[in-house]
Amino acid sequence: MRQYELILTKNMMQPGYTGLREEYERAGGYQALRKVLGKIPPAGVTELVMKSGLRGRGGAGFPTGVKWGFLPKDYRGPKYLCCNADESEPGTFKDRQLMERDPHQLLEGMVLAAYAIGAETSYIYIRGEFVLGARILEKAIGEARAAGYIGTNVLGSGITADVWVHRGAGAYICGEETALLESLEGKRGLPRVKPPFPATHGLYGKPTVVNNVETLANLPHIVDRGPEWFASIGSPPKSTGTRVFCVSGHVKRPGNYEVPMGITVRELVYEHAGGMRSDKPLKAFIPGGASAPFLTPEHLDVKLDFESVAQAGSMLGSGGVTVMEEGTSMVWAALRLMEFFYHESCGKCSPCREGSSWLTQTLRRILDGRGRTTDLDTLTELCKNIAGRTVCAFGDAEVAPIESTLKYWRHEYEALIKAAAHHAVDGHGSGSGLLMPAGRH
Amino acid sequence: MVDGQWLMKKTEAVQASCVNHEPSNINHPARRVMLREKYKTEIDHILSRYPVRRSALLPLLYLAQEEDGYVTEAAMKEIAGLLRLTPSQVYETVTFYTMLNLKPVGRFHIQVCKSLMCALVGSDTVIGWLNTRVGVGPGETTADKLFTLSVVECLGACGTGPMMQINDEYYERLTEDKVDRILADLKRDGTSPLKTGPFMWPEPAGERCQ
Repeated sequence: MRQYELILTKNMMQPGYTGLREEYERAGGYQALRKVLGKIPPAGVTELVMKSGLRGRGGAGFPTGVKWGFLPKDYRGPKYLCCNADESEPGTFKDRQLMERDPHQLLEGMVLAAYAIGAETSYIYIRGEFVLGARILEKAIGEARAAGYIGTNVLGSGITADVWVHRGAGAYICGEETALLESLEGKRGLPRVKPPFPATHGLYGKPTVVNNVETLANLPHIVDRGPEWFASIGSPPKSTGTRVFCVSGHVKRPGNYEVPMGITVRELVYEHAGGMRSDKPLKAFIPGGASAPFLTPEHLDVKLDFESVAQAGSMLGSGGVTVMEEGTSMVWAALRLMEFFYHESCGKCSPCREGSSWLTQTLRRILDGRGRTTDLDTLTELCKNIAGRTVCAFGDAEVAPIESTLKYWRHEYEALIKAAAHHAVDGHGSGSGLLMPAGRH
Repeated sequence: MVDGQWLMKKTEAVQASCVNHEPSNINHPARRVMLREKYKTEIDHILSRYPVRRSALLPLLYLAQEEDGYVTEAAMKEIAGLLRLTPSQVYETVTFYTMLNLKPVGRFHIQVCKSLMCALVGSDTVIGWLNTRVGVGPGETTADKLFTLSVVECLGACGTGPMMQINDEYYERLTEDKVDRILADLKRDGTSPLKTGPFMWPEPAGERCQ
């Protein structure tokens, strides 16, 4: 197995490393902050990040420096930085590890970002279930404040950078950046209509940057070792740096693996994650969290970088790679994800709110042996009327499992529907039913 | 109690609370500890973190839930007053989030993830085990109010499934034996050493798997 240089998970891989401030400092921590404060102007930090090619690790992959650059230049009022630690995308569990094992790496990244964009107050919006993560971060913030890395007059520079932990309360959609802001404002987590974007109208209507945990954790290293070094890792020029891929499903060694972007799915699954858990071959995989379309064994040599995965018809997303072995029903898999999306639809846009319910019911009917010949057209039609017709990307996400399984495993749907028809002729089942059978929810 | 009877009781209770403008006895402010008295320092600290009061809503709701076991109507009213919101603004927020309970749950709230990633590695079987061991189905609480079983969507521990959350703790890589030990620990000690510590998977060299 090829070994790669670890960046984000280097410290935590050291035996006995607990992530306390002294340990982080001993490992070279907070040197980037010292290097920047009073020496490099905020715009210079943004420029470094732009040069590094760093792109968002939360899902959309937007260039981080460019995002920062959208903030109004001469704005004098308060600006905010929000760390998106909601980690709600099924298949993703990297941010939890980065926060619980090396919290100061994230905090240093946050202070660097806050300095670059001129935010005196930053919030870490962490998913409510991560109670331990929230406690660890609170403790780390206390340590950092005591050492002068956080608070007023950071390291004597005159800069104010406060960081607070804010716990979510169980809602997938709050990982969407504008829903996150609504939630942080104490409201229901409903995504906002964009534009205006958070860069101009964010938290409390003020200019705001929302960055993912892994994105921010990269910043100390970019400052420390230079943007050129960072840009040489991975698949330059468009996918630079490493990714902490989260491998789940039917593999021998599921878990988090930090590798340079651009290694193949085959290498990640068969070398790092130890290959398939039994003698059954790989049937399908999702490359970037539940919102990413399914791919097939033919795509095993696709490189795990933004462009290559997009070209293969899916997306790199949050880096959650879920592997399924031969024998897994793809209709069942699509339904499981669809049930998730149905449960998590915030209800703001009717195509998503109603559509997720109809899709779930139609899939359930097919899987239960009550499918009808028209059902595949119904599914396709529903998907077409949801994707691209909602305020946020949730609409596109929820149709991904269905459209992609229909594309590659249509015969599984057809077989179930055909069996249902035979069943009906035999007189053992109705074979028909209402579009929304009562009591199926 | 059969379903119908339960529904009748519930309907009566709802009607009673609708016609009665006075808060019910159980939620009467005079009869319960006011959050602002018991948690004054904490509330002040929470409020100081935000330039807009409403942002303190989720943190205060968590306080209330910790105090009463769930979010009571009286607590929602008190929080509305503290944040200068209407009670319905508080209520509409509470109903959006799955972690805020509007009715009491057992002393141990077991939440099993059933999303695809956990389902691939056996979460449905875990739900079956729990159902048998605890004796209640999803959404139900045991008669002794010890356990509530919930089946939930993704909790972000997909590489270490099947998994469950009990109150604030995660329990991962569940096996039948492990589930039994956890339940026995909880009944006996109120906690279990099988809970997950600071997360890392695969574990670094030198750390032992529980």
